Amino acid sequence: MSTVCCIDLCRFFVQGEQTVRALDHVNLEIDKREFVCLSGPSGSGKTTLLNAIGGLDKPTSGEVWVAGQRIDGLDKADLANMRLHHIGFVFQAYNLIPVLTARENVEFVMQVQGVTASERRDRSMALLKEVGLEDMEERRPAQLSGGQQQRVAVARAIVSNPAMVLADEPTANLDSVSAEHLMGLFVNLNEKHQTTFIISTHDQRVMSYARRLIGMVDGRIVTDEIR
Amino acid sequence: MTRMPVTILFRLAWRNLWRNYRRTLIMLGAITVGVWAMIFMTALMRGMVDDMVKTAVRSLPGHVQIHHPRFRDDPSIANSLPPPGEVLVDALSSDQVVGWAARVRVPAVVTSERDTRGTTLVGIDPEAESGLSFIADDMIEGRFLQSFEDDGLVVGRKMLDNLETKLGRRVVVMSQDAENEIIDRGFRVVGVFESKLETTEERFIFTGRKTVQSMLNMNEDVSEIAVVGSSYRDVSNLLRLQQVLGPEQELLPWYELDIYLGSMLTMMDGFVLIWIIVIFLALSFGLVNTLVMAVFERVREIGLMQALGMRPAMILLQILLETLLLLLVGLAAGNLLAILTLAALSDGIDLSIVSEAMQMMGVANVLYPSLQIGDIVLADVIVIVLGLIAGLFPAWRAARYQPVQALTTV
Repeated sequence: MSTVCCIDLCRFFVQGEQTVRALDHVNLEIDKREFVCLSGPSGSGKTTLLNAIGGLDKPTSGEVWVAGQRIDGLDKADLANMRLHHIGFVFQAYNLIPVLTARENVEFVMQVQGVTASERRDRSMALLKEVGLEDMEERRPAQLSGGQQQRVAVARAIVSNPAMVLADEPTANLDSVSAEHLMGLFVNLNEKHQTTFIISTHDQRVMSYARRLIGMVDGRIVTDEIR
Repeated sequence: MTRMPVTILFRLAWRNLWRNYRRTLIMLGAITVGVWAMIFMTALMRGMVDDMVKTAVRSLPGHVQIHHPRFRDDPSIANSLPPPGEVLVDALSSDQVVGWAARVRVPAVVTSERDTRGTTLVGIDPEAESGLSFIADDMIEGRFLQSFEDDGLVVGRKMLDNLETKLGRRVVVMSQDAENEIIDRGFRVVGVFESKLETTEERFIFTGRKTVQSMLNMNEDVSEIAVVGSSYRDVSNLLRLQQVLGPEQELLPWYELDIYLGSMLTMMDGFVLIWIIVIFLALSFGLVNTLVMAVFERVREIGLMQALGMRPAMILLQILLETLLLLLVGLAAGNLLAILTLAALSDGIDLSIVSEAMQMMGVANVLYPSLQIGDIVLADVIVIVLGLIAGLFPAWRAARYQPVQALTTV
């Protein structure tokens, strides 16, 4: 069973009298443990595809299946529940909740899931150690650098063992050293935890890490390369 | 279905509250002052009404009164009661009863050498009246009655002025006896009292109960038995006296004896409610604005929490918790400030500068604020309930954000 399956997926936006085809009949299947990069220029539909897969946006037509469950018809509460249990997110920026410490941010998803306090603490500390932030657990996001914040977000994304992690331009705001570090972390976690990673990017350095590179232009998949 | 993670919601709500601490402090200041105003002004109004009711209750009715069922329509000798029997005296000796007094009360005319006035002749037992009615405490000239057989007359200052007579002079009091015969008798004015209300000074003249009974040939009969309990606010225990009364005896509480006063207390409760709601409405604009701003500033963050799996209901609950915490902190500060202010004013507020207006209202020159737990609870409950209703709009708005739109909001 594939982790993600998109069938004839369309997402159109109406702007004035013009219809923008952000996703134009996309068919895609991503298996477990895959490390996929969605590449393409701005406006090619990478983020729209990630949003549709993550249940953040509703497609105009077509089907989206995540972990064997069709999600394109779910209501807001069920979509939230699906994201809570199956998907980890890493966004480009504004990734963390500013009033929570690094550890509390990592624990956030588990807390919403209802995991016990001791288990939350153990798992979050283990993940923070894994991403190299074990000494910064009590720091708030404002006290962390951009790279450190992204690493906390990565720890949060995988701490509850989701089926996949969706990362939207995760290195866009990082310097090259931090970007390299983050991608190394992604690859390591993909191998160690066998979590599926789907990363949207137009950064060549990020694409070099991908074992499967999907190219998009004008809402269509134009290349799908296994490396 | 995932449980509501109350701990994290509380943590987020509390910390979000202090993100923009200046705005929160300003709002807390407004809530504190608003709640203080609600409780303080209510205590002042309660104190005023308390004073009015206590003054009125001391002007003879008592907390409850026993009389003949027709006495209120026709306060004549014909509608008198037999003296309290053994069973009633036993009931009146209970812990619920602080004091009681049997009186004779008849319409009368009092004539001096210069003028004649209509009044009510009241025959009392001065010992029983102690602590029950105002007269003994309000003597300004001469002496108070010494026993229920005293044949001196105590009159009000205004009545003395009206009759153009003086302490020590004789007046004639005329009334009807049990046979409807006109009876008159001379009395020497032995004392003068002053009341908060001039009408009371004109309305009543007092002598010994036995003296009136003898004068009107009514044996040991009495017109009314006034009973006082521990508080005028709760006379339910006193109303149980009805069980030992006969069919020719009626028991009425003060608020039915003086309907104006009774309705004033009800009106006061309504006024307190309106006052609290009006203050809250003024507050609510600031409250809604604060919450809307707090939500508006955090649209991306709300989108992030939704993306991470927080259901709309949790977002709604989190904003409502934020509202609740803001209200609770404001209420705690407001309550404390009000209690401290009222404690500082426990010796009363001197309003002698507007003494005439106060007298017109039947209120003393010194106003004692009356703080009641019920009023604090009412103010707090109204603020919390209406505050949460006010918080519903921003909370509902936050819960309705589409994650993808919220996440891309600049």
